[in-house]
Amino acid sequence: MGNAMYKTGCKTALLSGMLWLVGCSDPSWQTKDISELMPPLEFELVDEEARSVTEADYAGDVTLLFFGFTHCPHICPATLTNLAAISQELGEEAQNDLRVLFVSVDPERDDPATLREYTDAFGPEFTGLTSDEEALQALTRRYRVTYGYGEKDEAGNYDVSHSNAVFAFGRDGDAQLLIREDDPKEAVMADLSRLLAQ
Amino acid sequence: MGEFDSSLAYLLPWEFSPSWTLACLAGAGLYVRGLLHRRHCGLHEGFWRPFAFFLGIVAIYTVSQTHFDYLAQYMFFVHRGQHLVLHHLAPFLIALSAPLAILTAGIPHRVRNLPTVTFAAQMLKPGYRLLQQPVIAPLLFVGLIYFWLIPQVHFDAMLSHRLYQLMNWSMLVDGLLFWWLILDSRSPASGGLSYGVRITLLLAVVPPQMLLGAYLTFSHNVLFDVYAVCGRAWPLAPLTDQRLGGLITWIPATMMSVLAVLIIIGRLLGKRSSMYRYG
Repeated sequence: MGNAMYKTGCKTALLSGMLWLVGCSDPSWQTKDISELMPPLEFELVDEEARSVTEADYAGDVTLLFFGFTHCPHICPATLTNLAAISQELGEEAQNDLRVLFVSVDPERDDPATLREYTDAFGPEFTGLTSDEEALQALTRRYRVTYGYGEKDEAGNYDVSHSNAVFAFGRDGDAQLLIREDDPKEAVMADLSRLLAQ
Repeated sequence: MGEFDSSLAYLLPWEFSPSWTLACLAGAGLYVRGLLHRRHCGLHEGFWRPFAFFLGIVAIYTVSQTHFDYLAQYMFFVHRGQHLVLHHLAPFLIALSAPLAILTAGIPHRVRNLPTVTFAAQMLKPGYRLLQQPVIAPLLFVGLIYFWLIPQVHFDAMLSHRLYQLMNWSMLVDGLLFWWLILDSRSPASGGLSYGVRITLLLAVVPPQMLLGAYLTFSHNVLFDVYAVCGRAWPLAPLTDQRLGGLITWIPATMMSVLAVLIIIGRLLGKRSSMYRYG
């Protein structure tokens, strides 16, 4: 009797564990729901005007966080171009409430002026941020992403590995979505509209 | 000095975890205490058993609480290496060292006799027996490897600190349970599993691991996009990363089974020769 009860208990615990693992995300979001996986937005970085900024400077906006570098040949320009197109399609009102933070993980080449020139090409809602290695590591570690540098070639150019995803935070700064490179544009539009409406 | 500091940084935890550090320290501390206590009683353990035990503990600490853990979070093949240590190599060494008597001798008397300790041991016993059933143990052993490599589950585990810890702990605990059952120093006559069943279990866990390893190695698609999402520790082609991970899942993991079969055959032959010797 006791053994049977124990086995039932074990099965229940196993099933609960499985449900807990798969039940982390809300399926009604079309991109990846990370509300149970990631901490709220928090950082201390330097903006395009070389001012120290924190998450409080962007409070009240829906914030998209993307890590990259201005010399990136593919992922960064493609992602930022997509986000600019989506932002435009969402309309002017939404655009005013949307903030795209492009965090450069290549501070050696991306000073504030370079970042300003780069993000201006995508729209006023795009802001470039960077900092020293310590602050960048604190931020990337918080969101469990990383970056690394390849070997320099003869001209001094080098590759940088970085996250290719966009983290979306609600107006209260809580983590909500992770937008992947291959997420359909319609899915991203629908989720961002919903996030902006909250 | 700068070089020394940067080398030291590789030995420090990427994400300090009290649970891993305490578990390793408690294991090593109890073992040393037990060794000293037994030596005091005239019992000497020799070199190899304590060596295997400490090597297992150091391996667990290295993959969980040094810069290795950082690489394991951001490179698939290092992650597979981490699980090879947590699920195969370290538990294998610890189980091979048969440390139970020494660890028990290391527990202070007043702790050993605490009612809560006795109660907890009584509570855990039926669960332990259930998990050590010869049908359940290999299923759990292989099932956990497959479970954490379901792309969606793997994605969440690498993204969430809580799930990441759960994944690594589950691999270690299951590894200890499985290799403890297989390398149990008790003979079948003294309550251990029969040698034939042990060899059957070891052979049963080989094909699923080979299949998974080969699938990862020969797949033309990137199955785990979390490493692109989170970024890699250094620029490495995703398929190269996956293939290396597949080879680690395939070859050394299955070689551990072969090694264990040889050890069991050795014990079997040792038992037979002693039977002939003593009639």
